[in-house]
Amino acid sequence: MTAPSPSALALAGSMAAAAGLLGCFALMRRMTLAADALSHVALPGIGLALLLRAQPLAGAFAALAAGAVLVWWLERRTRIGTEAVIGVVFSAALAIGALLTTGEDLMDALFGGSGAPTTWELAAGVGGAAAVVAFVLVARDRLIVTLVSPDIALTTGVDVRRLNLLYLLAFALTVALGLRYLGVLLMGSLVIIPAATARRLARGLNQMLVISVAVALVSTLLGIWVAASAHRESGPIIVAVAAMCFFLTALRAPPR
Amino acid sequence: MNDPATAACPALEVEHLGVRLRGTEVVHDVSFTVAQGSALAVIGPNGSGKTVLFRALVGAIPHTGVVRWAPGTRIGYVPQKLDLERDLPITGRDLLRARARLGRATPRDIERALERVGLRGEVLGKLIGTLSGGQFQRLLIAFALLGEPTILLLDEPTAGVDEPGQERLNETVRRLQAEQGVTVLLISHDLSVVFRYATNVLCLSGERTCFGVPRQVLTPEILSDVYGAPVGFHVHDGPVA
Repeated sequence: MTAPSPSALALAGSMAAAAGLLGCFALMRRMTLAADALSHVALPGIGLALLLRAQPLAGAFAALAAGAVLVWWLERRTRIGTEAVIGVVFSAALAIGALLTTGEDLMDALFGGSGAPTTWELAAGVGGAAAVVAFVLVARDRLIVTLVSPDIALTTGVDVRRLNLLYLLAFALTVALGLRYLGVLLMGSLVIIPAATARRLARGLNQMLVISVAVALVSTLLGIWVAASAHRESGPIIVAVAAMCFFLTALRAPPR
Repeated sequence: MNDPATAACPALEVEHLGVRLRGTEVVHDVSFTVAQGSALAVIGPNGSGKTVLFRALVGAIPHTGVVRWAPGTRIGYVPQKLDLERDLPITGRDLLRARARLGRATPRDIERALERVGLRGEVLGKLIGTLSGGQFQRLLIAFALLGEPTILLLDEPTAGVDEPGQERLNETVRRLQAEQGVTVLLISHDLSVVFRYATNVLCLSGERTCFGVPRQVLTPEILSDVYGAPVGFHVHDGPVA
């Protein structure tokens, strides 16, 4: 049996905390489908970075940030148009990315890998996750008012367009942070499933945030531990554990 | 169009406002002025652009023409109906505390706002998606009050609210006007409320708009023209509230 390295647990744990917090607002803003599709756009970024012999994570974040700006721009248009364009553009991005990336690199990019991060990866990952957590905590009140009514938020002095852009960039950063262990196909699940689980149990926003972070942390750390012990990739196991938490809560009647 | 008192100290001036949504002109060349502390009722049939007008006024949608708020205006906006899921995990407390922190209001201010709209503290613990229509409208008014508004925009605040609830809401707004001098812009389908509470009325109906004192503007002919059908309404001669 092989234990995961402390640095892997620290990196994955900080990423999970960011995903758990951000996912609550993705779910409440009803952008789960867009969020999941957005994570796919990382693949061509990874492919291009590998071709150019650059850092894959940097390529992924650049592509995700561009995708976030595209979603932000599309959000001003009609909902049907937005969903159709997101479906087409991000699926196309996945196809192009799959053409650019081959072999083992493709499998790692799609489903995530395992192993200990480098010092640079650890520092960038923990720093990025801290930035996302800080954003959610600082912008929390503005995010709440905006998701209840963007028009009301405007009258309370919230710059709604800027807040939406910052939120989407935080989302892009969170997905980029999770790619190492979950890949472009599974990272969206770690953002959505813990939040969806928490929503079934919570009786208020604070409870939802705490439960979501707890589910994301438990799923990620347990998943990494099991993957290291069983010599398997961590991504599918993390998502399987998170999905199990969700189905366990589904057995229970809603709290209202 | 404007009486001298209105022109003296306007809380809001609107000149030739127009809004196009997806190529269709929804609001066409609307001009009016609202005096400080007065109440303007906006009436018109469904689809005449009343809500669009309010959204343009608060800057939520682009428009042509001029919207000029008095310096130092603080807007409290209560939209008509919000598309909230029942299980949205946000309680009344979450919402009011978020507003309080954005405006540096205190927990005591939250209590005071709830008292002013006649809501009990137990509403704070409930999810906002599970509140009744009347409770939610009053919660939104309490939310608006936390920003110490100088002007309240109310989009059909009594829609879907039972009769006693409507009375309470109307009374709350009237008290705010009397005690705090708050200016009120109100969209309403209830012409009796318009006659009782409004200083002026703005009718929207396609290309045609009218503006003035309710008793002068809301003649059977104009009402019939605005709504596209005869409107049965009797104006009582008693004192106007």
